[in-house]
Amino acid sequence: MVLELYLDLLSQPCRAVYIFAKKNGIPFELRTVDLLKGQNHSDAFAQVNPLKKVPALKDGDFTLAESVAILLYLSRKYKAPDHWYPQDLQARARVDEYLAWQHTTLRSSCSRAMWQKMMFPVFLREPVPPETLAATLAELDRCLQLLEDKFLRDQAFLTGSRISLADLVAITELMHPVGAGCRVFESRPKLATWRQRVEAAVGEDLFREANADILKLKDLPPADPVTREKLRLSMKALLQ
Amino acid sequence: MGLELYLDLLSQPCRAVYIFAKKNGIPFELRAVELLKGQHLSDAFAQVNPLKKVPALKDGDFTLTESVAILLYLTRKYEVPDHWYPQDLQARARVDEYLAWQHTTLRRNCLRALWHKVMLPVFLGEPVSPQMLAATLAELDETLQLLEDQFLQNKAFLAGPHISLADLVAVTELMHPVGAGCQIFEGRPKLAAWQQRVVAAVGEELFREAHEVILKARDSPPADPIIKQKLMPGVLAMIR
Repeated sequence: MVLELYLDLLSQPCRAVYIFAKKNGIPFELRTVDLLKGQNHSDAFAQVNPLKKVPALKDGDFTLAESVAILLYLSRKYKAPDHWYPQDLQARARVDEYLAWQHTTLRSSCSRAMWQKMMFPVFLREPVPPETLAATLAELDRCLQLLEDKFLRDQAFLTGSRISLADLVAITELMHPVGAGCRVFESRPKLATWRQRVEAAVGEDLFREANADILKLKDLPPADPVTREKLRLSMKALLQ
Repeated sequence: MGLELYLDLLSQPCRAVYIFAKKNGIPFELRAVELLKGQHLSDAFAQVNPLKKVPALKDGDFTLTESVAILLYLTRKYEVPDHWYPQDLQARARVDEYLAWQHTTLRRNCLRALWHKVMLPVFLGEPVSPQMLAATLAELDETLQLLEDQFLQNKAFLAGPHISLADLVAVTELMHPVGAGCQIFEGRPKLAAWQQRVVAAVGEELFREAHEVILKARDSPPADPIIKQKLMPGVLAMIR
């Protein structure tokens, strides 16, 4: 049985896993889990990930959740080039540091920004108080500043001179607010050039392919009443 | 200059790093950073960690933040016994999965439980509504259920038959609501038995030593107004 990756490219961590697997020529069967249709709540998918989230991996009898764990598993099993997760003790620690930091910072603010700017008002027709959106975008701005000042600094990539898992996880996060129409890179030339380097390192075609869904967000027709009700409830936490 | 660990045992992730270093006989200088005195906000500490958080590590010129990154760095540099972070691909993935999952779930809910139940009202003199506290404790309860059902299941430890970094990170989190007076092991015999196994594997003396501070959290004298003003913004951001 070949490796199966359960993904919805609408999700940031799914994009990172997808790009990594494709870039490294890892053979896998893509199992699409359509989040907006609630497919992550199906009984079938619960067999793969009882936490009902994507991405999820199934390798024979072995199932795995959490994108960071999946990326590390893939890089070890398929012996990805060293720069993705360097053997060097300190270089590796820098990648670990970013991957740990981002959960409650960039990841959180990118999710909120995307949902509050686009998904709630447009897709779910659920208005978001202007103060809430403003606070979220201010928080995103703070995270972007930290990304530049603490991680990127004067380096080519977040943790050194070569692209690593940290850059992949970060760039896929940033495409979330970009897809929602936030001008993330406009006033941040340093970040913009880093993005270009990451795209070049990943490959423009693959990058475009992975981001097709998130960049078509504004073309999503409004949700039908059933979907709307379900998602309003399940995504409520992202309104804070 | 040897390894320096900047810690306050009031903080869950600091306890995990402290226990790990001590248990594995890793020589280090303890640099105490008293959070309740605002020492993490000092210019001196900003030289070590501009993000003003503990734990932080300094190894010669190399500084590192994020407890998960620090634990992994220490694991590799000091070649600790395999069970902490097993070489086996799938066993290691299970540890990674837990370490990734916990940031936004158990970590968050344990922190909020302590601050909503004890630290905000007792230390900072900021009342917390019964509804807020009830909601926080309900979320904690849900997370504890997930911890039992998804991670522990019928195993001796979270990631398998032996104690790993996952158990250390989890148990130190759980001592936060315990320190707040929450009876989290009541009605949870499986979790209680697991906790006892972890304490036995770590060593009762060391476990007690690491948790002296948190178990006295309820006795914290109220903060003076100057300290309170200094700490409030950081606290509110932390428990959001």
